[in-house]
Amino acid sequence: MLEAYPDNRLARILLWGFSALAMAFLMLPTLVVVPLSFSASDLLEFPPRAYSLRWYENFFGSATWMAGLRTSLILGTLTAMVAVPLGLLACISMNRLGGKTASAIQGVLLAPSIVPGILLAIGLFFVLAAQGLVGTLFGVLVGHVVLAIPVVCIVLLPAVARFDWNQVQAARSLGADWARAIGGIIVPQLQISLLSATLMAFLTSLDESVISIFVASGRNSTLPKLMFLSLRDQIDPTIAAISTLWTAIVVIVVLIVTLRQKS
Amino acid sequence: MKSLPIIIDSVRKTYGSYVALDDVSLDIRAGEFLTLLGPSGSGKTTLLMALAGFVRPDSGKLLLGDRDITRLAPNKRDIGIVFQNYALFPHMSVLANVEYPLALRKTPKAEARQRALDTLARVKLEGLSERNIAALSGGQRQRVALARAIVFEPRVMLMDEPLSALDRNLRETMQYEIRRLHDDLGITTIYVTHDQREALTMSDRVAVMNSGRIQQIDTPQRIYDRPSTRFVAQFMGEANILAPGLVRTIDGGDASHETLMIRAENFHLDARLAGPDAVALEGMLRAKAFRGENWLLTLAPHGGQEVLVCIPSALAGGCAELATGQRVTVYASAAKAHAIPGAMA
Repeated sequence: MLEAYPDNRLARILLWGFSALAMAFLMLPTLVVVPLSFSASDLLEFPPRAYSLRWYENFFGSATWMAGLRTSLILGTLTAMVAVPLGLLACISMNRLGGKTASAIQGVLLAPSIVPGILLAIGLFFVLAAQGLVGTLFGVLVGHVVLAIPVVCIVLLPAVARFDWNQVQAARSLGADWARAIGGIIVPQLQISLLSATLMAFLTSLDESVISIFVASGRNSTLPKLMFLSLRDQIDPTIAAISTLWTAIVVIVVLIVTLRQKS
Repeated sequence: MKSLPIIIDSVRKTYGSYVALDDVSLDIRAGEFLTLLGPSGSGKTTLLMALAGFVRPDSGKLLLGDRDITRLAPNKRDIGIVFQNYALFPHMSVLANVEYPLALRKTPKAEARQRALDTLARVKLEGLSERNIAALSGGQRQRVALARAIVFEPRVMLMDEPLSALDRNLRETMQYEIRRLHDDLGITTIYVTHDQREALTMSDRVAVMNSGRIQQIDTPQRIYDRPSTRFVAQFMGEANILAPGLVRTIDGGDASHETLMIRAENFHLDARLAGPDAVALEGMLRAKAFRGENWLLTLAPHGGQEVLVCIPSALAGGCAELATGQRVTVYASAAKAHAIPGAMA
């Protein structure tokens, strides 16, 4: 087909050039932080005049930052552990129900991904305040699970729709109750989608700042919340060091999962 | 293995305004091989799924032995099911598939393995136990599905068009083997198909279904020779439904004042082959076709209706010389002219 266009070389160069520009535009804001983090200066300056690891030392040496890191990792793990099973069960029910009821339920479940985060955060704040749960890890967890469920459902719905439902009926006829049919037949075959959903739920929680700002406090402050506070109070390159580490962790996790899926 | 009778008592199932099962009642004897035969949408699969527990009847009762299973969960029914697409578990080996129902029943490991291997041998799959499901042919998958459905010694077996995905030769082999397995185990079996030949070959009794009702239930021979409705007559092979007055006795009188069914293969060109009580049918020859083992003649008696006549090649002395447009008389034994009560042609 390409032979039909004698000037396709030019077209290809243009396409590559455009793609490279788009990539650069997407990546530069993230990458510019990396040299900043190795700066020896007290200020965020680009390009740095001298290099050091002092901001990394500052991060790892600070009890506050470490507590935030710990909270974020625990919260991310818990969010995934709660949102993925809930999301899977929801997707199975929606698939079995079908019709308008299922569409309505799907609309409700996906709503948190459409509603502005700040509204969700304010609403959650009042709900938790009424229960006396503001500032608790549980309160933030609830918020993050609400945000992660739509993400989990978007990953799992098509996978559940593709599943050969006769297998579940076969398992049931052979003596399996619902729990065993799901655990022994559905889960092992949806492994890859479940792994993606887990990762997405984990990253959703890790990345979330608005709800955390409203609801988390003290030792339960997440890393993104601490970063926002730090940006407001005193700007120094510790932020850049954290961002760099953060980006590196996410890239590594995503790479591992993607490569495992390929193999 | 002790098998159980099944009683289906006025079971009804509707989907909105669509009646899938219209007060179906059916008694199946212990150890019987019964086929539900009908076109798609006739309700046969719905009835099977109601027995399996995946369709809940609106009203009516299902009894397995003397136990009411109408509302029992599918996993507590102890019924072996072979699905149309086999529904094997692709993430398990052949052996693990067959061991699965035993593992659920907490059978000790060594015993489960031995029983699974014995069952695989019974369906002629010894040596394939470690294979992946993806590495099996269609016929082998069918056998694994069978093994998995019988390994836990269910009291009843349900089969939903299990051979429809196989090619013709394999189908015939498997028909024979499924029947042999049934006879060995003596297990009450309900088999669903839309293939009338399969139903006739395999079954003790056939229940012909249409529009959510059982039209007739009888032995294969009686279903074929003595259909009780026009639908059954036409569903079971080449049947001519003949209005009163078309068929005459050999001396020219009316053979019957009822609608008659005569199968295409029961006609003869030679009156002597039809015996002393022969009835006759005259019509113009519309078309003739040589089909190898037989000739197929299409006759047009008055009234516009077409009549199919099938003459075995061995007895078709004059067929080659017949010309279309010519008037032809064919004969059948009166015993083969079956009156269909209440059927208007």
